[in-house]
Amino acid sequence: MTFSHRHLLGIEHLAPSDITAVLDLADTYADLNRQPQKHGDALAGMTQINMFFENSTRTQASFELAGMRLGADVMNMSMQTSSVKKGETLIDTAMTLNAMHPDLLVVRHPSSGAVDLLAQKVNCAVLNAGDGRHEHPTQALLDALTIRRAKGRLHRLNIAICGDIAHSRVARSNILLLGKMENRIRLIGPPTLMPSGIGEFGVEVFEDMNEGLRDVDVVMMLRLQKERMDGGFIPSEREYYFRYGLDSEKLGMAKEDAIVMHPGPMNRGVEIDGTLADDIHRSVIQDQVEMGVAVRMAAMDLLARNLRQRTAA
Amino acid sequence: MTTLFTNARLIDPEAGSDEHGALLARDGKILACGDEAEILKDIDRAGLDIVDCNGKYLAPGIVDIGVKVCEPGERHKESYRSAGLAAAAGGVTTMVTRPDTTPAIDTPEVLEFVRRRANEAAPVNVLPMAALTKAREGREMTEISFLMDAGAVAFTDCDNVIRDTKVFSRALTYARSCGALVIAHPQEPGLSNGAAATSGKFASLRGLPTVSPMAERMGLDRDIALIEMTGARYHADQITTARALPALERAKKNGLDITAGVSIHHLTLNELDVADYRTFFKIKPPLRAEDDRLAVIEAVASGLIDIISSMHTPQDEESKRRPFEEAASGAVALETLLPAALRLYHSGQLSLPQLFRAMSLNPARRLGLDSGRLAQGAPADLVLFDANVPFVLDRYTLHSKSQNTPFDGARLQGRVLATYVAGQPVYRRD
Repeated sequence: MTFSHRHLLGIEHLAPSDITAVLDLADTYADLNRQPQKHGDALAGMTQINMFFENSTRTQASFELAGMRLGADVMNMSMQTSSVKKGETLIDTAMTLNAMHPDLLVVRHPSSGAVDLLAQKVNCAVLNAGDGRHEHPTQALLDALTIRRAKGRLHRLNIAICGDIAHSRVARSNILLLGKMENRIRLIGPPTLMPSGIGEFGVEVFEDMNEGLRDVDVVMMLRLQKERMDGGFIPSEREYYFRYGLDSEKLGMAKEDAIVMHPGPMNRGVEIDGTLADDIHRSVIQDQVEMGVAVRMAAMDLLARNLRQRTAA
Repeated sequence: MTTLFTNARLIDPEAGSDEHGALLARDGKILACGDEAEILKDIDRAGLDIVDCNGKYLAPGIVDIGVKVCEPGERHKESYRSAGLAAAAGGVTTMVTRPDTTPAIDTPEVLEFVRRRANEAAPVNVLPMAALTKAREGREMTEISFLMDAGAVAFTDCDNVIRDTKVFSRALTYARSCGALVIAHPQEPGLSNGAAATSGKFASLRGLPTVSPMAERMGLDRDIALIEMTGARYHADQITTARALPALERAKKNGLDITAGVSIHHLTLNELDVADYRTFFKIKPPLRAEDDRLAVIEAVASGLIDIISSMHTPQDEESKRRPFEEAASGAVALETLLPAALRLYHSGQLSLPQLFRAMSLNPARRLGLDSGRLAQGAPADLVLFDANVPFVLDRYTLHSKSQNTPFDGARLQGRVLATYVAGQPVYRRD
């Protein structure tokens, strides 16, 4: 098992073997997490700082729990109320934190590329917890683990990603990861929510959801941000739900055993039907949350091993 | 004093020639140039100040339209002194400066100040441009006639597009009556608002807000209609996309008084150079696809695009060391303009006379200057350069106060050996 990266900034620079290494280790952590005794010591003695420049309850909790289960000292910094508001630059903030010698820095930022920038200025391992519209690598990894466990494999699957592709870092990371693992990817959504140059991504693009969902193994829904709902990108919530909301009728086009995914938080009745989201036979949305903790434990474990090796060398 | 530049390769963009010869300068003007024996027929060689060019290239100095000097307002980024030294080191003998300072150069009084500062501090010629509308806000026109009397050579709101077409059409009409040259930034402002990259696969992968290359054509189309309507003298600061070229060609064919420029960066770099969010590559308009870059080089070769500029835009480290979307746009280029342009010569895409037509002759002509030529009576504004010497650029060696160049660490070939303004050396490489 090899994973030689210093940071986890995105899926783009990972090789398929890196992805498999994370998922294999995450599998063992998923098992551990189901035991009453959940403690590991992979991060014992290490300090993990979660810096969230953008609101997040779920991802931050997931990273926090992952760090605590592996024995790290975890500190959360809500950057929205901090000195960043007082005009301190991202770099200054990073340098200040760096001086406190953290080992792992988990960062979410509203600007694409901000986490890359920060990673250049610190000595510790940096994990990207979502930067702008760029990448959200741990989300793609947890989605991959969920698919692998539900389908028994992570290759040669037909996977549909539906909704606001243009503004979604989850979609980008998933397109990259699932493509690297040799799956067929379809993107479904209105053209106003498709990124430019999509024809060159090596994916199929559908504007008609029924057509796009035909015979797929996996349906990944994306969250539609509230600020995009009125008039700017789509005419209205209800028209969107009619054309692109996942309900049991549209899901009928997919394979009988197709699974339904959503990165959360869901807008019930906008991009997904509430009953469908709760259907334990089709929806793996709760599994995604569970795998999230396992994948983050695995990713931090692997980075910490490299960190220890570098320090020892 | 009379100076003889002997043993030179003379680049004359007017004649389109590149020949061995000599040049004689007296009292700041070119007295003669061409075959040495011919030139010295009636002149005694003794008593001449002799510069042996060692077979290197001697060309008319660069006339750079669109240089940002950050006085008044942000002198820590660039002063007339530092910009002037950078220009001299880059073979730029005339800087045509932008009015997008703080405050904007929009009154004769501010322009006076600028001219005084510039003449005291800069070793090269400085010709200021003034804003077309007050505070570059696109609402009321400036005192165009007074500003011309004070020395403004052109009028521009720089990268602020005048959204209100009525305001712009009136300003163009008034400018025409004064015979003023208007320089605009063709761009549809609604489409380009907030953009940091050109739309396409690369920008989408990086998750950056984008602008379609079509926004440039839409802006140019509007402006062309307005020139047709008003008869104004118009220069498009930067044409950077293939899609805008047919419109430009038609406008020229229809006899409109229109010229177009392009920045050296759009000729030598493309969007992929941004790589992992390198903010020194963030410029306005954003770097384009490779197909666009090639089309624009072709347009410079054919003469459809008239002028190459540095679009020298100093930014301090603070404003560049930010996430890509939030980082300031612009790059310094006075010193890298010629070495970067020589990339196009070494790749066989443009000849040296073609390059100097776009960097010296055409901009001088557009502004009604006598320079930009190697001809009798023209000012002896000259650049002596070695076109072949290879070097790796270290940005900390630049003379600018700001060192935000995308060519840091780049392998370049060719550099300036000496620069002369009115026959006097203003820069010599040791």
